[in-house]
Amino acid sequence: MIPIEHYLYLSVILFCIGVTGVLLRRNAIIIFMSIELMLNSVNILLAAFSTYAGNNAGQVFVFFIMVVAAAEITVGLAILVMIFRNIKTVDIDSLKSLKW
Amino acid sequence: MTALLVIFAKNPVHSVLYLILCFFSISGHYVLLDAQFLAIVNLIVYAGAVMVLFLFVVMMLNLNAESDPTKPKLIKFAAVVSGGLLMLVIIASIKYSENNLPITANADATMGNVKNLGKALFTDFLLPFEVCSILFIAAMVGAVVLGKRENENNQ
Repeated sequence: MIPIEHYLYLSVILFCIGVTGVLLRRNAIIIFMSIELMLNSVNILLAAFSTYAGNNAGQVFVFFIMVVAAAEITVGLAILVMIFRNIKTVDIDSLKSLKW
Repeated sequence: MTALLVIFAKNPVHSVLYLILCFFSISGHYVLLDAQFLAIVNLIVYAGAVMVLFLFVVMMLNLNAESDPTKPKLIKFAAVVSGGLLMLVIIASIKYSENNLPITANADATMGNVKNLGKALFTDFLLPFEVCSILFIAAMVGAVVLGKRENENNQ
């Protein structure tokens, strides 16, 4: 079996790629996708620990995280479409003010 | 890793496609971890539904590489450096930490299948499960409301 440290490293690498994506891009949709990457890296970590510890509570929590992430993406994309209709861009730097 | 391509691809559509590839490989990792249910749920929910939603929004907003807003070079460089430093710090802290990870050799392979996971979900975790479904309905209604109100304002 693969040592658990390798899953730790994979998860850290994925998480840091997600962080870099959030810092790097200005397109709000790509920032959402980077957040998805970070959530998935945490999911991998939870699943790995639950398998190696012989306790399936971790996998149930991965399921809950997926549900919450799906709900978040639904609402986030709806807000994004609304913003795009109003200001015709997905550049998050143009959202400096709370009203327009 | 395809995850790197997600954040460095110029065209948002390519970025979404690379992310789908990345989710497929994550599902492969779940299969390797004996979590078959999670692998299937990951494929259906993420690679299926969420990514179709992303692709739909990208195409609806008509984004392409030319209209993609980019940051100045210096900020890009700083973002990559800070991300790399974060990774370095966390990996170093894992490497030099005291190794007392919970590793048991008696992990049975049937733990992650649908039967056992469903049993845990509907007995020990029944309340969180129901709360999750309420949250999901709230999110669905919220999305519909957000998408609809704007239409009425425009007309």
